[in-house]
Amino acid sequence: MVDAAAAPERADGSAFPLYEEQPLVEVRDLVISYRGRPALRDIDLDVYRHEIFGIVGPANSGKTSFLRALNRMDAFNPAMQVAGSIRINGKNINDWRNEYALRSRIGVVFPLPVGLPLSVYDNVAFSPRLRGIRRKARLDEVVERCLTRAALWDEVKDRLDSLGSLLSGGQQQRLTIARALSQEPELLLLDEFSIAVDPVTTMRIEDVLRELRSEITIVLVTNLVQQARRLADRTAFFLTGELVETGVTEDLFEGKVKDRRTTGYLEGRFG
Amino acid sequence: MDRRDAAWYVDRVAQGLIFAGGISAIVFIVGIFVFVTKEGLGFVFGPLQPGEFLTSIAWRPTSNNPTYGALALIVGTASVTGFAMLFSVPLSLGAALFIAEFARGKTREILKVLVEMLAAIPSVVWGFVGMSIMNPLIIRIFDVPVGLTVLNAGLILGLMAAPIMTTIAEDALKAVPDSYREAAEALGATRWEVVVKVVIPASRNGLLAAVLLGVGRGFGETMAVLMASGHAINLPTSPFDSVRALTATIAAELGDAPVGSDHYGSLFTLGILLFVVTFVVNLTADLVVRGVGKK
Repeated sequence: MVDAAAAPERADGSAFPLYEEQPLVEVRDLVISYRGRPALRDIDLDVYRHEIFGIVGPANSGKTSFLRALNRMDAFNPAMQVAGSIRINGKNINDWRNEYALRSRIGVVFPLPVGLPLSVYDNVAFSPRLRGIRRKARLDEVVERCLTRAALWDEVKDRLDSLGSLLSGGQQQRLTIARALSQEPELLLLDEFSIAVDPVTTMRIEDVLRELRSEITIVLVTNLVQQARRLADRTAFFLTGELVETGVTEDLFEGKVKDRRTTGYLEGRFG
Repeated sequence: MDRRDAAWYVDRVAQGLIFAGGISAIVFIVGIFVFVTKEGLGFVFGPLQPGEFLTSIAWRPTSNNPTYGALALIVGTASVTGFAMLFSVPLSLGAALFIAEFARGKTREILKVLVEMLAAIPSVVWGFVGMSIMNPLIIRIFDVPVGLTVLNAGLILGLMAAPIMTTIAEDALKAVPDSYREAAEALGATRWEVVVKVVIPASRNGLLAAVLLGVGRGFGETMAVLMASGHAINLPTSPFDSVRALTATIAAELGDAPVGSDHYGSLFTLGILLFVVTFVVNLTADLVVRGVGKK
């Protein structure tokens, strides 16, 4: 069992560089169940500011349920129950009386790109408009900045008025990233973002994520262990509803693990 | 191996029957159109004076000197339908929004069943409600001499058209993928913002089609309108005037009109008019659903 409250140590005994007294996200005793049947048990973990926190594991290990709990998306699914505590910036997310305000500070990118049936421009301007930004010049600026950061601006700058759902799959996924960035989130949740994206676009998005790390914190759920290796500072391994272990990514891949199953999964012996 | 076995014959027969079933809709609609036009055309190209038909309110087909002014009937149908839509469209779209977007679990299932039951009430029962409940109620509340009016028929017709509009509008809302709702909520939109900014724009065509089908229902309804509208030839100037509808006129007079007479032909001309209007409305609704003319 990982003691999540302690500073993570690298295998050679040096401290993890991003360690801090108050992590951005603190998860304690989290249990998620569907119709009373637990899908995720006794999760304790911390996510530090400005890290990319990878979550790997085979299907049905509870990765997506975990992400959905982080911004209270469990409300969409009446069968899903969340117990335990999740704190973001030290505040329990259930203490937010306005869950919409909580969600507006957390960006989410879903496995399949969801271009809202609006123009490219309106997709990106959606969240700023919800926050009350009305001035065209200001919106233009936000839209251009977010699309540029999502490596999409050059491809769509001449057709901002066409429907977002008409873009290619890879473009739509970058559009959803631009949309998530337009929320100016502290925390960005990505759920297997590369499922519907070609390898070249995946690499471009990965570059974008690496640049974003200096400004925001990213939780990356992925079923591609190599993607976790390329991107994540630390990685958690989920297996059938259990957090097997959390560790500095490079250590896990070098076999410095507490549980043999981790190495087994990372090396592709099962999963 | 290449034997025509039982399954092959069953497949052939089934295909034939299904084809006949499918094609019968076309056969019937063409048949009805041919019949109505055949009976009416003799009048349209004979005694009918188009100017009188469309501008006069004098509908006196049984007088010694008969006149066939259908303006009052057209206005009667239009005013009742218009009034019905005025109150039924917001009601139905509101009900559909509630059922599709806000109601959960049991509430939603019960509501859906109730709305469908509302659609199953026979129109003569609605007419009965109009005559024996709404009529005295309107007289008492508004202190008017007659309660069988545009208001009465419009309210009844609105309630009759509501279930079909609600059901179709709800289908249109349900056709919007949940992923849109989740994506918008994940961006911090409230349920209401999601509905207004994402769901309604995405289902606009279906909602418009629902309204048009309601209008078509209104134009075609006969019995309830006959009973609740007062059936008086009149150009209404307020909701408290009695009117007479095209459909009600046909229903009330066709039995007394000798086959082949001018009166008979004139009623079929009203039928052609109704047929064309409902056909155009329904066709428009259909094209709208399919998204014709979408950019």
